[in-house]
Amino acid sequence: MIKSYKLRRGIANTFIYVVLAVLSLVWIFPLVWLVLHSFRINPIDPTIAPVINYHGIFPKFNELGFDNYISLFRDTEYLVWFKNTFIVAVFSCIISTLSVLMVAYAFSRLRFKARKPFINVGMIMGMFPGFMTTIALYHILDILGLGRTHVGLVLCYSGGAGLGYLVAKGFFDTIPRALDEAATIDGANKNQIFWKIILPMSKPIVIYTVLTSFIGPWCDFILVDILMGNERQLWTVSRGLREWTNYQNMSNGSFRWFLSGSVVVAIPITALFLYMQKYYVEGVTAGGVKG
Amino acid sequence: MKYTEYMALNPLQRFWYNFKNFIVSIPRGIGNFFKAIGNGIVNFFKGLGKGITEFVMGFIRGDIFTKISYFIMGFGNICRGQVIKGIMFLLIEVGYIFFMVFFGADYLSMFTTLRAVRGEPVETILPGGKVDVRPGEIEVYSYQILLFGILAILVTVAFIALYFVSTKSARTVDAMVKNGEKVPKFRDELKDLLDSKFHATLLATPIVLICVFVLLPLLFMIVMAFTGFSGAEKSYVDFGWVGFQQFAEIFKTSETGASMGSTFAKVTGWTLIWAVCATFSNYILGMVIALMINKKGIKLKKLWRTMFVMTVAVPQFVTLLLMAQILGPYDYSPMNLIFAKLFGSTEAIDFLGSTVNNGLLPRIMVIVVNCWVGIPYTILMTSGILMNIPEDLYESARIDGAGPVKSFTKITLPYMLFVTTPYLITQFIGNVNNFNVIFLLTNGGPVNNLQYRKGMGHTDLLITLLYKLSINDKLYGMGAAIGILVFIVCATLSLVTFNMTKSAKNEEEFS
Repeated sequence: MIKSYKLRRGIANTFIYVVLAVLSLVWIFPLVWLVLHSFRINPIDPTIAPVINYHGIFPKFNELGFDNYISLFRDTEYLVWFKNTFIVAVFSCIISTLSVLMVAYAFSRLRFKARKPFINVGMIMGMFPGFMTTIALYHILDILGLGRTHVGLVLCYSGGAGLGYLVAKGFFDTIPRALDEAATIDGANKNQIFWKIILPMSKPIVIYTVLTSFIGPWCDFILVDILMGNERQLWTVSRGLREWTNYQNMSNGSFRWFLSGSVVVAIPITALFLYMQKYYVEGVTAGGVKG
Repeated sequence: MKYTEYMALNPLQRFWYNFKNFIVSIPRGIGNFFKAIGNGIVNFFKGLGKGITEFVMGFIRGDIFTKISYFIMGFGNICRGQVIKGIMFLLIEVGYIFFMVFFGADYLSMFTTLRAVRGEPVETILPGGKVDVRPGEIEVYSYQILLFGILAILVTVAFIALYFVSTKSARTVDAMVKNGEKVPKFRDELKDLLDSKFHATLLATPIVLICVFVLLPLLFMIVMAFTGFSGAEKSYVDFGWVGFQQFAEIFKTSETGASMGSTFAKVTGWTLIWAVCATFSNYILGMVIALMINKKGIKLKKLWRTMFVMTVAVPQFVTLLLMAQILGPYDYSPMNLIFAKLFGSTEAIDFLGSTVNNGLLPRIMVIVVNCWVGIPYTILMTSGILMNIPEDLYESARIDGAGPVKSFTKITLPYMLFVTTPYLITQFIGNVNNFNVIFLLTNGGPVNNLQYRKGMGHTDLLITLLYKLSINDKLYGMGAAIGILVFIVCATLSLVTFNMTKSAKNEEEFS
């Protein structure tokens, strides 16, 4: 009996190992493909007439080199775009994080008359497709004189951030109220409770918010596309990468820039994410479930 | 029906019973919804009525300082020692008057027609002695009038609110002096902002930002749906109100060819199919993988998790652009190479652009790629909760002879659905509005001009339809109208979903 149970479990586990291994391959394959091809010396050129098996799935060892990366930094505006992306992401991250935490804290732990109406109005606003406002923002920034500037871009990314307070609110809800009461008895006002007691306890959600609000502008291209138009000097990396995968542009070899540029832009985010993964998971499970 | 009676039914009858309950509960749910709205409106007016009575009675009963405060904001506060607060109220009033006189009033008056303001007509005398009169240069564009008109309305609403606050403050100070209480100094009130009124301090900046960068554009777009704003040369700068014409335009069908109406119907249908498939495929498959990774006796848990989480870490637009290349029709596209190696196919398959069977293949592929992108998020999100399901539930199920599939559908799924409903609803709405996946993978294609409006294709969602109408065709008014329709779809769907979870909860009472 025990033996057969062990055997059955062994078979089940082997089956799971096989499934997991296959799935892991499926998930990791595109990334490996991207990295290996970014090092390929003779870059693949989509404009050459398709001949099946003209290229191998992966480049051979003697085909590898740094040519694409050298060309990326020497022949294109990539560094300017990278700088733009970094500046925009950092500033909108700061504004967004502060907005989100402040709104979430106010709705979670403070009680005031307008609380319920505010929450309802926020929910209704959240149901409109966010993309709808983008087109209006273009006109508004244009009229305000902020069109085609990075200040305008940062404000667009971080202006509405306060509406995304739900996850952080879910987290604040889980902190026991007795803490506030104890601090009040000791003479702390609500401002001190927020900065000195609750925030230090909320490391996972703070890091989660910082991470998501940094990644947001880092990865967005549609707002840049609409706001910046054809001013290449003002673009961010994602907009540029999108340009390089346009079939019309590929004849000048832009596809190899896409490959190497993708790797370069992904490295900081990937490193940051893997490093902060634990907090991300804590934040998302604490807030996401309660909604 | 009692629990025992329910248990005596066979599965088909149970399903019918639950289904019937769900259908029956829909009208009730919608009724409740409207009742709640009605109650909200009644309460709002009750509150308003109370406020106005207080406002009027305060004026009648108040002394001369209070009465003057009703016209000169902050007068009462200044006379009773709250100088700084009073001056701030006064400045707000002066500022508002200046705003309206030099700016707002003009735009509000133009807001009624929206027509652009033109300069003097230009008269030129042609060689033949004829006089050619041309309309003058446009000085104020229609969309500026629209925007500034809304801005003026928003500012006015804010001012009215502040006006009520100031009169209330005047009355309060009045009452304090009459009762012989000490009038709080400005410094005390600042201290209050850090304690009993801390919410005002926290919310002030975010709300101003939201008003300018979300509310104002949103109102702008909602109102725009009722104007003739479009890219055609003239109406781009000079347009008027058109009422519901844009909505009528969307639903207009024609006998021949592909009309806007049929395109809209098809796109809406696909959007719903996509949202359901994308949400549940991610949810269920992600949960199955998370269960596999977390199963007792499986080693290298961290490695497996990292393999999947790597894709979350790489920026989404990179992975999506990459996937479009991998599945593309190009000779280097690895998917085609693999197919050639495995099945010896000689022709490149266009996974994202094939028009066979009304674009069935691209439609399946976007859902599959969406799984590839989304499942790691589900794994991250559900791992923790899955660990919380009591292990003895599974154990007793196993003793009773339940296999892994049965314990998944009978224990894991009900439990998870119960806990993560809010997450599912947001995911669903997120998928209805999932712009990135479609735009970067297929850009709505494969384009089919026979069945769809020009430039639209089989995988277009409502949100990419909005984008194409607004950006490519410059039909801003129509795009805004579609945005409003998407809002209605989303709001209705979340209403129905909440309903369903309610019936699911009733069901929970049985077991």
